[in-house]
Amino acid sequence: MEYYLSLFVRSIFIDNMALTFFLGMCTFMAVSKKVDAAIGLGVAVVVVLGLTVPINNLLYTYLLADGALAWAGLPNVDLSFLGLISYIGVIAALVQILEMVLDKYVPALYNALGVFLPLITVNCAIMGASLFMVERDYNFAESTVFGIGAGIGWALAIAVLAAIREKLKYSDVPAGLQGLGITFITVGLMSLGFMSFGGIDL
Amino acid sequence: MKVKELLFKPVFENNPIALQILGICSALAVTSSLKVTIVMCIALTLVTAFSNFFVAAVRNFIPGSIRIIAQMTIIASLVIVVDQILKAVAYDISKQLSVFVGLIITNCIVMGRAEAYAMKNPPIPSFLDGIGNGLGYSVLLLTLAFIRELLGSGKLFGVEILSLTTDGGWYVSNGLMLLPPSAFFLIGLIIWGLRSWKPKQAEEAEFKIAANTKPKEV
Repeated sequence: MEYYLSLFVRSIFIDNMALTFFLGMCTFMAVSKKVDAAIGLGVAVVVVLGLTVPINNLLYTYLLADGALAWAGLPNVDLSFLGLISYIGVIAALVQILEMVLDKYVPALYNALGVFLPLITVNCAIMGASLFMVERDYNFAESTVFGIGAGIGWALAIAVLAAIREKLKYSDVPAGLQGLGITFITVGLMSLGFMSFGGIDL
Repeated sequence: MKVKELLFKPVFENNPIALQILGICSALAVTSSLKVTIVMCIALTLVTAFSNFFVAAVRNFIPGSIRIIAQMTIIASLVIVVDQILKAVAYDISKQLSVFVGLIITNCIVMGRAEAYAMKNPPIPSFLDGIGNGLGYSVLLLTLAFIRELLGSGKLFGVEILSLTTDGGWYVSNGLMLLPPSAFFLIGLIIWGLRSWKPKQAEEAEFKIAANTKPKEV
């Protein structure tokens, strides 16, 4: 139990998806102008990451890994080169299904998340988490914890950045640095801040 | 044909990273050494060009509602080819790039150009547009990697340029340049430079700060 807790905390703070690995940067920069929108997108990312990472983990262990097809009588088959296309397929399909399910059963949540869901398919944080899961050999339980933790870490980062940017628009920034430029420098400073978690050993 | 425009406009006029906010993730993560960066740039340019080409070739046969999935399949197949080639030819570099080769699939430059350009234009111009955007991305990444490797470890392509104090030289290496946040600062500064050079790209301020007024004038 303690192990999973430390994995969870590590994936939120120390291995923060946005500020340590720079994943999902495009949406991170584009949708961080308003705190409300940022939180909406953050929640959607948590949900999608919490679902796709474990599913891709099952897919990898039982279909794609070297020798994974032993249960089907094919112990010598290695399909791991199909990984990339399968993960993106799972992500795209899951986002689509989630959109339809939410629309049917939880319209309130659908209206809140609606516009952000399609954006998430091309968010590299989602794909990146699946690839990290394979690279680090997580098992099913670990990948569930990692998926949710990584999602919360990303959501935290984008909410904080949005809050800073809401204040930032009142400051007197040089013309060329206005908008994107100053945002990059702000994120750099945030990333430096998050690096202070780096020394913590859990 | 406006070949020159297609190839070179994205480099400074409409740079994917500095203006279109596309493909930032890998720009930050892989630029601490030039060698790795070059491999990444070549991989991305090829994938963008060919995905644009193939998407444009089948653009009239893709139904609108499933176009994203169709584009994804084309892009993912191309990335698998690149990934397998890298693993076979340059295994060390492919290890250093780790997940970032796979992430070319979700790199917004590839997807963005397929959606914005290749869906509306014939294959050859789309191919050139892909190369052009790849070039724009490469120019920015190589500049970043050049600064980061030179100041961070005093080397270019692993060859010592500034001799380090640790080896009895004169240059004290700047460790910050090897850390991820330096990439943010550098891109911020590059954008500042680019927009001062081409003021049309600058964004409007949402609020104008009023000039200081002296109390007696009020």
